[in-house]
Amino acid sequence: MITPPHTVFSEAAAMTSSAHLSIHNVSKVFPGKRDWFSRITHRASIDYIALDQINLDIEPNTFVSIIGPSGCGKSTLLNIIAGLSQPTTGAVTIAGLPIAGPGSDRGVVFQNYALMPWMTVLENIRFAIETVNPKLAVSRQKAIAQEYIELVGLQGAERKHPHELSGGMKQRVGIARALATNPQILLMDEPFGALDALTRGFLQDEVERIWEQQRKTVILITHSIEEALLLSDKIVMMTRGPEANIARILDVPFPRPRHRETLDQHPAYHELKAEMEAHLSQETRAVEESRIRRPVKA
Amino acid sequence: MTNHILQPALSRPKPFTLSTNQKAILLFLAILIVTLVFWETGARLELFSPLMPSASETFKDFWFWVSDPFFDYGPNDKGIGLLLLTSLRRVLIGFTIGAAIAIPLGILIGLSDVASRAVDPFIQILKPVSPLAWLPLGLGLLKNSESTALFVIAITSIWPTLINTKFGVSNVDQSYLDVARTLGASRWRTLTKVILPAAAPYIVSGLRISIGIAWLVIVAAEILVGGAGIGYFVWNEWNNLKITSIITAIIVIGIVGLLLDRVFGLLQHWVAFGQRL
Ligand SMILES: Nc1ncnc2c1ncn2[C@@H]1O[C@H](COP(=O)(O)OP(=O)(O)OP(=O)(O)O)[C@@H](O)[C@H]1O
Ligand SMILES: [Mg+2]
Repeated sequence: MITPPHTVFSEAAAMTSSAHLSIHNVSKVFPGKRDWFSRITHRASIDYIALDQINLDIEPNTFVSIIGPSGCGKSTLLNIIAGLSQPTTGAVTIAGLPIAGPGSDRGVVFQNYALMPWMTVLENIRFAIETVNPKLAVSRQKAIAQEYIELVGLQGAERKHPHELSGGMKQRVGIARALATNPQILLMDEPFGALDALTRGFLQDEVERIWEQQRKTVILITHSIEEALLLSDKIVMMTRGPEANIARILDVPFPRPRHRETLDQHPAYHELKAEMEAHLSQETRAVEESRIRRPVKA
Repeated sequence: MTNHILQPALSRPKPFTLSTNQKAILLFLAILIVTLVFWETGARLELFSPLMPSASETFKDFWFWVSDPFFDYGPNDKGIGLLLLTSLRRVLIGFTIGAAIAIPLGILIGLSDVASRAVDPFIQILKPVSPLAWLPLGLGLLKNSESTALFVIAITSIWPTLINTKFGVSNVDQSYLDVARTLGASRWRTLTKVILPAAAPYIVSGLRISIGIAWLVIVAAEILVGGAGIGYFVWNEWNNLKITSIITAIIVIGIVGLLLDRVFGLLQHWVAFGQRL
């Protein structure tokens, strides 16, 4: 008998309930080039303040989407939460403890899938399990990997290498790999951005189904309003960069489980959608206008 | 059912056409025949130096060497197969020594910026040196022609492998490294499970260039060092003015070089897993 995935790491699962994520005054400045060589070659640039004093609290087991105009700093923020990049000021805490770099308490799903081409589907997932929990018996690791392969519906593709998979299947592996270590927090940066509309919708439904089975804190970056409305409890709308900040946080009150076909029958659906569209188009227009007005070379 | 109209008419006679491959084979045969005819008539009409044998004489001699490759009638009279084995043995030993130095060193300088900058001047200066310039130094250092041949092959094999290994190791896709970091992988685990497999196609392509150069150099090295091997054979037959044997050796050396390259080509394909290089 296969144990359901959420009982695999019972200790970690117990901790999940207290995984309160908190972002305090996080700013990120990308230093400009000011060395003499850049100046001579006219490539000098000033510091770029990508994020300015972001504050955000995320309750355990909520699904949060971040939406904002392109280039506003969403990936920058997610990388800081993942620990892959350091904030210039401020800190991110999980259950009150500041994070010091990447850790297996946060699983990451990458936009470009980032599967190791030399490992099969099973090996990619087992690599994650073994890295996080090296003392686990190999047979147990394989069993867990198999459970997650089944969870994302990839039975039969265990021994395939990534180049033999379609984009949608690759991202299923990416999701299974991120979930297989049972992180408290799942971070996804435009996970479906590279997929066609149909595959995208299908995977959104899958994420909704999996999230109903295994509740976790999820932070999803997306450009799609429908995707955010289908999946999220809260939607964080960011302002344009530079010095991007949080414009508004929307609560999404739809009952779960949600279905894309019936979602727009909820009274608040069209209002929320209109509000997000207005915000995004206003910010995007401002970005475009500032580009047109800005002289080509400073 | 009316959709049968949409099916292509299979019975229509096809015009006579050749595929690209068939055309290429025909052109290949044409070039070969023209060359052979030119060679044969040129030699018969004494257009070339009197030393130059005709194509048919060469073919007879080629057949003599190839039909019985493993005879051994003393140090200066061996079958071409034995000569090749001697040279191949030297190349493989020298190449292995070279790779055993180049791969670990390449990994080290690929991982460490300091080591890379420190070693770079040595690489830049030593890499362009002709392999044969190392030969007298080898003789001086080792006083033994066999070891000198290995030394020259090893030195020549180092550079392409070293440079490719360094490139592969220092240019691993950042997202693979990010995956390892988010899982909290140790440095050693990241190296063995992520960096080395990701660099493997580059390392093997370095090895492929190295073995090609080693095979080029062995002939020259054996001509100079003497004693045994296919290079020595070429030189010996030149002293006997047997051009037919030299042409035979050239063709055989070319075929062996091609086979070596193919073996590493297969290996390269095997470690690439669909990645484009
Ligand atoms: N390493 C870097 N050095 C300098 N500037 C950077 C760097 N990384 C990002 N930026 C800048 O920071 C800003 C935010 O980038 P980021 O990738 O976080 O945006 P994003 O919101 O994820 O955009 P998109 O929606 O297009 O993915 C951009 O203007 C970008 O040019
Ligand atoms: Mg981004």
